[in-house]
Amino acid sequence: MNPSRRTGLRAAGSVGLYAALAGIGLFEGRPVSAQTFNATLFQARNLTELLRMLGATSAADSKEILITTPDIAENGAVVPVAIRSQLPRTEQISLLVEKNPDPLVASYQLLEGVEPDLNMRVKMSQTSDVIALVKADGRFHLARKEVKVTIGGCGG
Amino acid sequence: MADPTKIRGTLKDGVAEVRVLMAHEMESGQRRDAAGKLVPAWHITEVVAALNGKPVLKALWGPGISKNPFLGFRIRGAKAGDTITISWIDNRGDKRSDEVKV
Repeated sequence: MNPSRRTGLRAAGSVGLYAALAGIGLFEGRPVSAQTFNATLFQARNLTELLRMLGATSAADSKEILITTPDIAENGAVVPVAIRSQLPRTEQISLLVEKNPDPLVASYQLLEGVEPDLNMRVKMSQTSDVIALVKADGRFHLARKEVKVTIGGCGG
Repeated sequence: MADPTKIRGTLKDGVAEVRVLMAHEMESGQRRDAAGKLVPAWHITEVVAALNGKPVLKALWGPGISKNPFLGFRIRGAKAGDTITISWIDNRGDKRSDEVKV
Protein backbone atom coordinates (compact mmCIF):
# COMPACT_ATOMS: atom_id res chain seq x y z
CA MET A 1 0.00 0.00 0.00
CA ASN A 2 1.09 3.55 -0.69
CA PRO A 3 2.55 4.80 2.62
CA SER A 4 1.76 8.47 2.16
CA ARG A 5 -1.87 7.66 1.47
CA ARG A 6 -2.00 5.58 4.64
CA THR A 7 -0.62 8.35 6.81
CA GLY A 8 -3.08 10.76 5.27
CA LEU A 9 -6.01 8.51 6.03
CA ARG A 10 -4.87 7.96 9.59
CA ALA A 11 -4.42 11.65 10.19
CA ALA A 12 -7.89 12.30 8.82
CA GLY A 13 -9.28 9.64 11.12
CA SER A 14 -7.74 11.12 14.23
CA VAL A 15 -9.04 14.61 13.45
CA GLY A 16 -12.50 13.16 13.04
CA LEU A 17 -12.19 11.35 16.34
CA TYR A 18 -11.16 14.47 18.16
CA ALA A 19 -14.11 16.32 16.71
CA ALA A 20 -16.43 13.54 17.83
CA LEU A 21 -15.02 13.60 21.36
CA ALA A 22 -15.29 17.35 21.58
CA GLY A 23 -18.82 17.02 20.28
CA ILE A 24 -19.97 14.84 23.14
CA GLY A 25 -18.42 17.16 25.66
CA LEU A 26 -15.73 14.82 26.94
CA PHE A 27 -13.25 17.63 26.94
CA GLU A 28 -15.40 20.36 28.39
CA GLY A 29 -14.15 22.45 31.26
CA ARG A 30 -10.95 20.54 31.70
CA PRO A 31 -7.80 22.63 31.95
CA VAL A 32 -5.62 19.52 32.00
CA SER A 33 -6.88 18.05 28.77
CA ALA A 34 -3.69 18.83 26.88
CA GLN A 35 -3.25 15.11 26.41
CA THR A 36 -5.70 13.86 23.82
CA PHE A 37 -5.70 10.72 21.76
CA ASN A 38 -2.68 10.97 19.56
CA ALA A 39 -2.81 8.26 16.92
CA THR A 40 0.77 8.84 15.84
CA LEU A 41 2.06 7.88 19.29
CA PHE A 42 0.28 4.57 19.08
CA GLN A 43 1.77 3.97 15.63
CA ALA A 44 5.37 4.42 16.73
CA ARG A 45 7.12 1.23 15.72
CA ASN A 46 10.04 1.16 18.10
CA LEU A 47 10.96 2.25 21.55
CA THR A 48 13.49 4.97 20.78
CA GLU A 49 11.13 6.66 18.37
CA LEU A 50 8.33 6.46 20.88
CA LEU A 51 10.35 7.87 23.77
CA ARG A 52 11.44 10.72 21.54
CA MET A 53 7.84 11.50 20.59
CA LEU A 54 6.84 11.46 24.24
CA GLY A 55 9.75 13.73 25.11
CA ALA A 56 10.99 11.08 27.52
CA THR A 57 14.41 10.21 26.11
CA SER A 58 16.01 11.28 29.39
CA ALA A 59 13.83 8.97 31.47
CA ALA A 60 15.80 7.58 34.39
CA ASP A 61 15.46 4.07 35.79
CA SER A 62 13.57 4.12 39.04
CA LYS A 63 13.10 1.57 41.77
CA GLU A 64 10.03 3.44 42.96
CA ILE A 65 7.96 2.02 40.14
CA LEU A 66 6.68 -1.48 40.68
CA ILE A 67 5.45 -3.63 37.84
CA THR A 68 3.50 -6.73 38.76
CA THR A 69 3.04 -9.30 36.02
CA PRO A 70 3.31 -13.04 35.73
CA ASP A 71 6.89 -14.06 34.86
CA ILE A 72 5.52 -16.41 32.25
CA ALA A 73 2.29 -15.63 30.44
CA GLU A 74 0.78 -18.66 28.77
CA ASN A 75 -1.65 -16.63 26.72
CA GLY A 76 -0.24 -13.45 25.23
CA ALA A 77 -3.73 -12.15 24.45
CA VAL A 78 -4.46 -11.53 28.12
CA VAL A 79 -1.53 -10.59 30.32
CA PRO A 80 -2.48 -8.96 33.62
CA VAL A 81 -0.24 -6.01 34.43
CA ALA A 82 -0.24 -3.80 37.50
CA ILE A 83 1.83 -0.66 37.75
CA ARG A 84 2.37 1.14 41.00
CA SER A 85 4.38 4.29 41.38
CA GLN A 86 5.71 5.48 44.71
CA LEU A 87 7.12 8.63 43.23
CA PRO A 88 5.62 11.79 44.69
CA ARG A 89 3.30 13.72 42.39
CA THR A 90 2.88 11.03 39.79
CA GLU A 91 0.82 12.61 37.06
CA GLN A 92 1.03 10.23 34.14
CA ILE A 93 1.60 6.51 33.73
CA SER A 94 2.25 4.88 30.37
CA LEU A 95 2.60 1.22 29.64
CA LEU A 96 4.86 0.03 26.84
CA VAL A 97 5.54 -3.45 25.57
CA GLU A 98 8.87 -3.23 23.81
CA LYS A 99 8.41 -5.92 21.16
CA ASN A 100 4.76 -5.39 20.32
CA PRO A 101 4.03 -4.11 16.80
CA ASP A 102 2.83 -0.92 18.46
CA PRO A 103 4.87 -0.58 21.67
CA LEU A 104 2.65 2.00 23.32
CA VAL A 105 -0.22 0.12 24.90
CA ALA A 106 -1.81 2.65 27.18
CA SER A 107 -1.25 6.02 28.71
CA TYR A 108 -3.05 7.17 31.82
CA GLN A 109 -3.40 10.66 33.10
CA LEU A 110 -4.00 10.80 36.83
CA LEU A 111 -6.19 13.70 37.85
CA GLU A 112 -7.41 14.33 41.35
CA GLY A 113 -7.64 11.62 43.93
CA VAL A 114 -6.57 8.59 41.93
CA GLU A 115 -3.78 6.54 43.43
CA PRO A 116 -0.84 5.77 41.13
CA ASP A 117 -1.71 2.09 41.17
CA LEU A 118 -3.36 0.74 38.04
CA ASN A 119 -4.38 -2.72 36.92
CA MET A 120 -5.10 -3.77 33.38
CA ARG A 121 -4.81 -6.62 30.91
CA VAL A 122 -2.73 -6.30 27.81
CA LYS A 123 -1.78 -8.20 24.67
CA MET A 124 1.78 -9.29 24.04
CA SER A 125 2.92 -10.60 20.68
CA GLN A 126 6.03 -12.30 22.07
CA THR A 127 8.39 -12.48 25.04
CA SER A 128 9.37 -8.91 25.79
CA ASP A 129 10.13 -6.30 28.36
CA VAL A 130 7.14 -4.51 29.79
CA ILE A 131 8.04 -0.89 30.49
CA ALA A 132 6.28 1.48 32.82
CA LEU A 133 6.99 5.10 32.01
CA VAL A 134 5.97 7.42 34.80
CA LYS A 135 5.89 11.17 34.72
CA ALA A 136 6.19 12.57 38.20
CA ASP A 137 6.78 16.17 39.13
CA GLY A 138 7.52 16.98 35.49
CA ARG A 139 10.18 14.28 35.06
CA PHE A 140 10.09 10.91 33.38
CA HIS A 141 11.08 7.71 35.12
CA LEU A 142 10.87 4.16 33.92
CA ALA A 143 11.02 0.59 35.06
CA ARG A 144 11.04 -2.62 33.07
CA LYS A 145 10.23 -6.25 33.63
CA GLU A 146 10.52 -9.19 31.28
CA VAL A 147 7.49 -11.35 30.63
CA LYS A 148 7.89 -14.64 28.79
CA VAL A 149 5.04 -15.34 26.43
CA THR A 150 4.18 -18.86 25.34
CA ILE A 151 1.50 -18.04 22.76
CA GLY A 152 1.47 -14.57 21.21
CA GLY A 153 -1.69 -12.55 21.34
CA CYS A 154 -1.57 -10.09 18.48
CA GLY A 155 -1.74 -12.15 15.33
CA GLY A 156 -3.99 -14.99 14.51
CA MET B 1 -24.25 0.30 21.00
CA ALA B 2 -21.99 -2.01 22.88
CA ASP B 3 -22.98 -4.06 25.92
CA PRO B 4 -23.02 -2.31 29.29
CA THR B 5 -19.77 -1.75 31.15
CA LYS B 6 -19.57 -3.68 34.40
CA ILE B 7 -18.36 -1.50 37.23
CA ARG B 8 -17.74 -2.46 40.84
CA GLY B 9 -16.95 0.15 43.43
CA THR B 10 -16.13 -0.95 46.95
CA LEU B 11 -15.24 1.42 49.74
CA LYS B 12 -12.52 0.71 52.27
CA ASP B 13 -11.12 3.33 54.67
CA GLY B 14 -12.12 6.25 52.48
CA VAL B 15 -10.60 4.72 49.38
CA ALA B 16 -12.85 3.44 46.64
CA GLU B 17 -11.53 0.39 44.85
CA VAL B 18 -12.93 0.47 41.35
CA ARG B 19 -12.94 -2.45 38.95
CA VAL B 20 -14.20 -1.96 35.45
CA LEU B 21 -14.93 -4.50 32.75
CA MET B 22 -15.78 -3.06 29.36
CA ALA B 23 -17.34 -5.07 26.57
CA HIS B 24 -15.33 -4.45 23.43
CA GLU B 25 -13.73 -6.47 20.67
CA MET B 26 -10.39 -4.57 20.77
CA GLU B 27 -9.31 -5.74 17.33
CA SER B 28 -5.56 -5.18 17.04
CA GLY B 29 -5.28 -4.46 13.34
CA GLN B 30 -2.60 -7.17 13.09
CA ARG B 31 -4.89 -10.12 12.53
CA ARG B 32 -5.80 -11.53 9.10
CA ASP B 33 -9.16 -12.99 8.19
CA ALA B 34 -9.70 -16.27 6.33
CA ALA B 35 -9.09 -14.53 3.01
CA GLY B 36 -5.74 -13.21 4.22
CA LYS B 37 -6.85 -9.61 4.50
CA LEU B 38 -5.94 -7.55 7.52
CA VAL B 39 -8.82 -7.08 9.91
CA PRO B 40 -8.91 -3.32 10.58
CA ALA B 41 -8.08 -2.14 14.07
CA TRP B 42 -11.11 -1.48 16.21
CA HIS B 43 -10.37 -0.53 19.77
CA ILE B 44 -11.25 1.83 22.58
CA THR B 45 -9.13 4.95 22.33
CA GLU B 46 -10.14 6.88 25.38
CA VAL B 47 -11.62 6.10 28.77
CA VAL B 48 -12.60 8.68 31.34
CA ALA B 49 -13.44 7.83 34.93
CA ALA B 50 -15.26 10.44 36.97
CA LEU B 51 -16.23 10.70 40.61
CA ASN B 52 -19.47 12.62 41.08
CA GLY B 53 -19.07 14.03 37.58
CA LYS B 54 -15.51 15.21 38.14
CA PRO B 55 -12.89 13.42 36.02
CA VAL B 56 -10.28 11.59 38.07
CA LEU B 57 -8.58 9.33 35.55
CA LYS B 58 -8.14 9.60 31.84
CA ALA B 59 -6.78 6.75 29.80
CA LEU B 60 -5.58 6.63 26.21
CA TRP B 61 -5.54 3.14 24.82
CA GLY B 62 -3.98 1.58 21.77
CA PRO B 63 -4.91 -1.75 20.25
CA GLY B 64 -2.58 -3.51 22.69
CA ILE B 65 -5.19 -3.68 25.43
CA SER B 66 -6.88 -7.06 25.67
CA LYS B 67 -10.35 -7.91 24.42
CA ASN B 68 -13.09 -6.95 26.86
CA PRO B 69 -10.74 -4.63 28.74
CA PHE B 70 -10.31 -4.66 32.48
CA LEU B 71 -9.22 -1.61 34.41
CA GLY B 72 -8.62 -1.42 38.13
CA PHE B 73 -7.77 1.69 40.12
CA ARG B 74 -8.42 3.38 43.47
CA ILE B 75 -9.85 6.78 44.30
CA ARG B 76 -9.01 8.52 47.56
CA GLY B 77 -11.59 10.53 49.42
CA ALA B 78 -14.63 8.71 48.11
CA LYS B 79 -17.75 8.38 50.27
CA ALA B 80 -20.60 5.92 50.32
CA GLY B 81 -23.20 6.99 47.79
CA ASP B 82 -20.72 8.70 45.48
CA THR B 83 -21.22 8.09 41.80
CA ILE B 84 -18.49 6.67 39.60
CA THR B 85 -18.94 7.16 35.89
CA ILE B 86 -16.94 5.34 33.23
CA SER B 87 -17.13 6.61 29.67
CA TRP B 88 -15.29 5.33 26.64
CA ILE B 89 -15.06 6.03 22.96
CA ASP B 90 -13.55 3.82 20.26
CA ASN B 91 -11.83 4.56 16.99
CA ARG B 92 -15.08 4.14 15.08
CA GLY B 93 -16.71 6.83 17.18
CA ASP B 94 -18.85 4.42 19.20
CA LYS B 95 -19.23 5.46 22.79
CA ARG B 96 -20.78 4.33 26.00
CA SER B 97 -21.11 5.67 29.51
CA ASP B 98 -22.13 3.78 32.64
CA GLU B 99 -22.25 4.65 36.28
CA VAL B 100 -22.41 2.97 39.66
CA LYS B 101 -22.77 4.08 43.28
CA VAL B 102 -19.97 3.29 45.71
